[in-house]
Amino acid sequence: MFKEKGPDVTFSQPVEEADGLKTQEMIINMGPQHPSTHGVLRVELTLDGEIVTRAVPHIGYLHRCFEKHCEAMNEYPKVIPYVDRMDYVAAMNNEHGFAIAMEQLMEIELNDRVEHIRVIMAELQRIASHLLAVGTFGLDIGAFTPFLYCFSEREKILDIFEKASGARLLYNYIWIGGLMNDVPDDFKTDVSSFVKTFRPKIKELNDLLSNNKIFLVRTANVGVLPEKVAINYGISGPSLRGSGVKWDLRRDDPYSIYDRFEFDVVVGKGEVGTLGDCWDRYIVRVREMEESLKIIEQALESMPDEGDVHESIPKKIRPPAGEIYSRTETPRGELGYYVISDKSTSPYRVKARAPSFVNLSVLPAISVGAMIADMVAIIGSIDIVLGEVDR
Amino acid sequence: MQQFLESYLPAAPLVVLVYAMIPLMIILLYALFAIWFERKVAGHIQDRLGPMRVGGWHGWSQSIADLLKILQKEDIVPAKADRFLFKLAPFIAFAASYGAYAVIPLSSEYIGSMIDVGVFYFIAITSLLSISIIMAGWASNNKWSLLGAMRTAAQTVSYEVPTVVTILSVIVVTGTLNLMEVTEMQSGNTTLGFLPNWIIFHSPFMLLAFVLFFIAALAEAHRVPFDLPESESELVGGYQTEYSGMRWAVFMLTEYVDLLLLSLIGVVLFFGGWNSPFGSFMDGPVWGVFWSVSKAMVLVFVMMWLRWTLPRLRVDQLMNLCWKYLIPICFVNLILIALWEMLF
Amino acid sequence: MKTLNDIFDQITEAFGEEDFELSEQDAGDSWITVMPHRIHEVAKYLRDEQGLRFDSLMCLSGVHYSKEEMLGVTYHLYSTEFRHRLTLKVIMPQDDARLPSVEQIWKTADWHEREAYDMLGIVFEGHPDMRRILCPDDWEGHPLRKDYKEQEQYQNMKVPY
Repeated sequence: MFKEKGPDVTFSQPVEEADGLKTQEMIINMGPQHPSTHGVLRVELTLDGEIVTRAVPHIGYLHRCFEKHCEAMNEYPKVIPYVDRMDYVAAMNNEHGFAIAMEQLMEIELNDRVEHIRVIMAELQRIASHLLAVGTFGLDIGAFTPFLYCFSEREKILDIFEKASGARLLYNYIWIGGLMNDVPDDFKTDVSSFVKTFRPKIKELNDLLSNNKIFLVRTANVGVLPEKVAINYGISGPSLRGSGVKWDLRRDDPYSIYDRFEFDVVVGKGEVGTLGDCWDRYIVRVREMEESLKIIEQALESMPDEGDVHESIPKKIRPPAGEIYSRTETPRGELGYYVISDKSTSPYRVKARAPSFVNLSVLPAISVGAMIADMVAIIGSIDIVLGEVDR
Repeated sequence: MQQFLESYLPAAPLVVLVYAMIPLMIILLYALFAIWFERKVAGHIQDRLGPMRVGGWHGWSQSIADLLKILQKEDIVPAKADRFLFKLAPFIAFAASYGAYAVIPLSSEYIGSMIDVGVFYFIAITSLLSISIIMAGWASNNKWSLLGAMRTAAQTVSYEVPTVVTILSVIVVTGTLNLMEVTEMQSGNTTLGFLPNWIIFHSPFMLLAFVLFFIAALAEAHRVPFDLPESESELVGGYQTEYSGMRWAVFMLTEYVDLLLLSLIGVVLFFGGWNSPFGSFMDGPVWGVFWSVSKAMVLVFVMMWLRWTLPRLRVDQLMNLCWKYLIPICFVNLILIALWEMLF
Repeated sequence: MKTLNDIFDQITEAFGEEDFELSEQDAGDSWITVMPHRIHEVAKYLRDEQGLRFDSLMCLSGVHYSKEEMLGVTYHLYSTEFRHRLTLKVIMPQDDARLPSVEQIWKTADWHEREAYDMLGIVFEGHPDMRRILCPDDWEGHPLRKDYKEQEQYQNMKVPY
């Protein structure tokens, strides 16, 4: 009934070996219901024993045509809740990206308080998202406990978000030209106490998982993504930096007020295996959390106490005719919004260049020759969110 | 024990039945406890509490509630499965595990069958377990199950070698295959005075033998880091994928029973079985059951502890570990133990 | 770092003027329009030429210009070496939307072109695997066209709910 048109998906022809035994490659569907595909990804695997000879990802099981929804909205602010639902584990970053795109098109200037709150929120969200990525990656490798350690830390971040926006996952907090509302009074103390308690937890995670011998042999030299291939495929975010490319939009194409803060761009070095293997991509995420903590600390330091967060929100959002492509660095990589305005109150076209979508497209190239267990590791290390892949 | 039963029970077959059922009672009680205990261990390792609601004190009756739930579940057989084998497989698995209890001395007065080839019988009957798993995987007509079954076959066959060789190194010391005699030899204290006369303290190589045995047993019981047959993040559920309800529960039960079985054999071979660690203090047939089960529980706890700490190996790494490291070390160790026996 | 005008001059110098057009905008990005049949060679030139080196295709989006009855493809390019960016546009008639694929130049285009085909029905010639990516293979119509009407039935399921 659901026959594929693309490359042939039938069983391969049996090959007769010298001793008269027949061997046959097995085709197996990994997903859409599979514990380790991080959602409803389906990868069609051709297996020789347990070794993958070909992997074809099939996506679209979560497709909601987000772009059509955006066109159908009668006002720009109504788009924001939709972008939340793309990368649902890093909703703050998605909102931030869209708000920046619209502000560039309409040339809105923001006051410092808004910018600082946005940066703190975005970095907290980055930590939360990396915690989830790192935890579930451990789970894919078979380590259950680090997953729950990560989740209990993520919970604290979600509590901070809940205090500010009222929601724990999909916030609708960053608006075009400002914020939904100002942060609560104890925001600064909450965030700084989180920063203080979180630092030692990273060390704990490293002790428990990152340097575990079994974890090392499972992830080192697996799913190697060379630098050239990564750039050609347009890979971005921690997956690109894991291949040793020092590229981070926060530093290289700064938006918001990221140029005011000092932080390192973490890159993989191939410490335990080949440059660009799963462990490198994993460790980049772990170390990036520390960099985010640095940014948060600096932002808390310089955040002004005065400033109206509603000050620059336009009464009616009606951008001039024109189009804009603007990109930001989300936890998964480069999130671009291409918005075309026809001078009405709703967008003519919104296209999201979703980082997970682009990052996933490299999967067939790096998974040949891996085993099933490695496939799980590779998918986990690319860190996709299917809501964003399928949109 | 048998005479005791004969004096109270009217017919001989009934005596045999009751006699054979004693380990079952212990196992079922243990399984209910172990499932709850594992969840508690997991919870506390993971900074949470585990089940807390059912039954009041620390959710003690959680397993009973789970059991009742599983009993009510629909028993699904996939349309294209081999129905006969599919239904049979879990029971063969349980039978294989339970059969092995026949030669385990639970106390000085109780052993299912006092045969002279006890160890040999034990090794033979536990091999049946892998057949039942292949049966389950094949009959499910599911590619994930099949992969799980194939992994099981490879893993069990490989890890049987180090298990058998480490058991053999104990046999070198004891000189008997009868597990009751093996246990009886371990009574009393050693010349050092304070250490019990257990085989593990017999020579330094014995300690190594136990470590090797424990690693191999983990693999035999399919526990993390060697839980490849059912590794849920790769193979969905391995051979259990298509099972539901009571049949699945029997597999689950077998897993825990197997855990206890391997721990018990480890205790018998290395830790003095039913012997009390304090010489004649708390010694006797009833205390024997207590000691053998509680020593085994310590090993079970260690296995759980490992499970909630370590990630999982890949299938080729598992084989590497076995053939390239464990087996050579086991053989060298066996020779060293034999030399030690000759010299001292 | 080059401005749009510099890049436009360089392109017209290399390829002649008739197939290119510069559109400067007051708000947002400005762009260069390219005739469909030239896009592959222009893309290759932009990637390989010294001093341009657009090594990354940030985004490829299909757009439906319903008033003009045209379909367009927008390429957003970026050079990680020189840090300049460029917006290229290709516009073609709605009922014959075909243009050469740039998948061989930037692998990023692989899935993006499939998406543009799926959503808007733009056919990229020379793409190795031109089939739907987000919708099922037997879906009818292209959802992001402005005149799209969903089908009544799909696999015996009612579609508009």
